[in-house]
Amino acid sequence: MTGHRSHLLSTADLSADDATLILDTAAELARLADRPIKKLPTLRGRTVVNLFFEDSTRTRISFETAAKRLSADVINFSAKGSSVSKGESLKDTALTLEAMGADAVVVRHWASGGAHRLAHAGWIRSAVVNAGDGTHEHPTQALLDAYTLRSRLGGLDGRRVTIVGDVLHSRVARSNVRLLATLGAEVTLVAPPTLMPFGVEGWPCSTSYELDPVLPKSDAVMMLRVQRERMDQAFFPTEREYSRRYGLQAERMALLPEHAVVMHPGPMNRGLEISAEVADSARSTITEQVANGVSVRMAVLYLLLGGSEPAIGTEDEGERR
Amino acid sequence: MSRNWTVKGAAVLGGTPRDLHVRDGLIVEAAAPDATVIDAAGLIALPGLVDLHTHLREPGREDAETVLTGTRAAAAGGFTAVHAMANTDPVADTAGVVEQVWRLGREAGYCDVQPVGAVTVGIAGERLAELGAMADSAARVRIFSDDGHCVSDAALMRRALEYVKAFGGVVAQHAQEPRLTEGAQMNEGELSDVLGLRGWPAVAEEAIIARDVLLAAHTGSRLHVCHLSTAGSVEIVRWAKSKGYPVTAEVTPHHLLLTEDLVRGYDPVYKVNPPLRTKDDVEAVRAGLADGTIDVVATDHAPHPVEAKDCEWAVASMGMLGLETALSVVQQTMVETGLLDWTGVADRMSVAAARIGSLQGHGRPLEPGEPANLTLLDPAARRVIEPKALHSRSRNTPFAGLELPGAVHATFLRGTATVLDGKVVER
Ligand SMILES: [Zn+2]
Repeated sequence: MTGHRSHLLSTADLSADDATLILDTAAELARLADRPIKKLPTLRGRTVVNLFFEDSTRTRISFETAAKRLSADVINFSAKGSSVSKGESLKDTALTLEAMGADAVVVRHWASGGAHRLAHAGWIRSAVVNAGDGTHEHPTQALLDAYTLRSRLGGLDGRRVTIVGDVLHSRVARSNVRLLATLGAEVTLVAPPTLMPFGVEGWPCSTSYELDPVLPKSDAVMMLRVQRERMDQAFFPTEREYSRRYGLQAERMALLPEHAVVMHPGPMNRGLEISAEVADSARSTITEQVANGVSVRMAVLYLLLGGSEPAIGTEDEGERR
Repeated sequence: MSRNWTVKGAAVLGGTPRDLHVRDGLIVEAAAPDATVIDAAGLIALPGLVDLHTHLREPGREDAETVLTGTRAAAAGGFTAVHAMANTDPVADTAGVVEQVWRLGREAGYCDVQPVGAVTVGIAGERLAELGAMADSAARVRIFSDDGHCVSDAALMRRALEYVKAFGGVVAQHAQEPRLTEGAQMNEGELSDVLGLRGWPAVAEEAIIARDVLLAAHTGSRLHVCHLSTAGSVEIVRWAKSKGYPVTAEVTPHHLLLTEDLVRGYDPVYKVNPPLRTKDDVEAVRAGLADGTIDVVATDHAPHPVEAKDCEWAVASMGMLGLETALSVVQQTMVETGLLDWTGVADRMSVAAARIGSLQGHGRPLEPGEPANLTLLDPAARRVIEPKALHSRSRNTPFAGLELPGAVHATFLRGTATVLDGKVVER
């Protein structure tokens, strides 16, 4: 990420120093939100393309806001209809972006490795930010989660974070496990055995099939979204059984220590993995996560494209104008 | 061009150098008066290689390969016969299509093309194709396979095994339990988790092989296991053979050399079915090939046009080229490791394959009276694999940039040189 690296593809690529620099930069940039004009000239003249092969309005708007606050030109490019029979679409789209002179491409792709391929196939020269690829990674989500945890808990080293739900299909879980481990947190995954990754023994975390024993020892619990179609594929018997065994309701939340927080990457299935009461409680960081997402994405774009100047200069042209 | 040759001083099957004389397509005792002399000092003479598993793509995908380009690639790799898989478009499930492919092979003249017939109509896994008509056709089909798909219906597999007994056929199974491999992208394990690619469990292959060897035992029919790739599969075949069941098996060159670690960069050139497995699996298939549990090396040569591989992993086609690199990979993984000698290589890459395919005139000893189907290999040569230099119409080799030992110096098909001085002979 820092120095010579020109992409953000995976949290596995981030050292503790890299990640801390991003979080510190995000904290600095977050101060901007308190100013009357929420804009910096840092990336003026640069072009950031949001290339979305999969719908995600939330993530796209977050990146768009981040880029615009840094004065970059933003192009939203939605490339849907990339079916299994049309493999050339990523390459062709990449060549188009190259011709348009994109400086950074924020890519959301339905296939694992989509962002990696875009960065390394030799099709383009711009920086690539992975905004979620298949069931692989979603590094900026993990960074904003880490940012949220750090600001709520005062630090990550030695903190215990429990991630609950469909770990198998979750890029958020994958990215979080790696990043949190890198930053010194102890992660426990809780899921039914069918939704636990096959080779999870090799991951830097512990695992449990039961939620209740883990909660009293958790400083934070992160609930993952459950796709309802998993039920049809026999990953669990019924929604009711899932909700009973792995859902977070008020009675279960009471097992958490006083200071513990509840997270969710959104969008939520209220009543399935999380009850409305929990989602709207004071412990929930869900809206905070959204706000932090913009700061973290500003930091990522800034560090990839902005060079070596401080993120917020003393000469603040954005305010002068 | 000359059809009479004296091959001077070739090490036949790696043994003591001697002269081989070729006249009118046969190996003979004495040199013909007009014989062209080839200095074969330092070269190893092997019976012309036979591939049990080649995708020639014609008819239907001539942009990827044709019978002509595929057999030129085969000759360049030292092959004198290839079995052309049935998953063409149209599928080779009738006498008409298999005869067409067989005739195209004869016209091209680079190696014998023995079509494989589909087991089921359209390789759809529902109804048996006209296996007898294909067996009785000019192509004399003896191997039947829905390769690319598994005959997953146990009752249908049983009937196919029984039916081909009528004409000495064999069912070659692509062992892949379909429900366990829905959406599978690579070997299932820790790495598939890390990469977020849907896993392809070893048990999906092993479960079908276990079922099929029992069906073969029950019906007393011949089963051939295509491209097995896991340590567990080797164990099952070893057990079946210890019981005396009529089972044979093949492994590809890429499963002898490459591991799943190559998938890390998401480069689709490494996407293949069955997927690249682990180091332990590679060791197990090598051991299985060495001890005869696995009968043959078969290339599973699977050409694809550039656009099918120059894309993201998820949409890329599965398959790798194999004909022009197979012998080199076997030299590196089996000979240079001491697991097989050259007699063993001749067996696994020619003799056993011709026997399984009931192929006349191939895989024979290099002795007077036999057809002059032979390959001369320079085992001391080393070459860096350069995709552009391959004869296949496609470029999807996983060995690009790798230095491999051995180079084919000459290939003879019934006394006619198809490769000479390392170059494919134009005709
Ligand atoms: Zn196959």
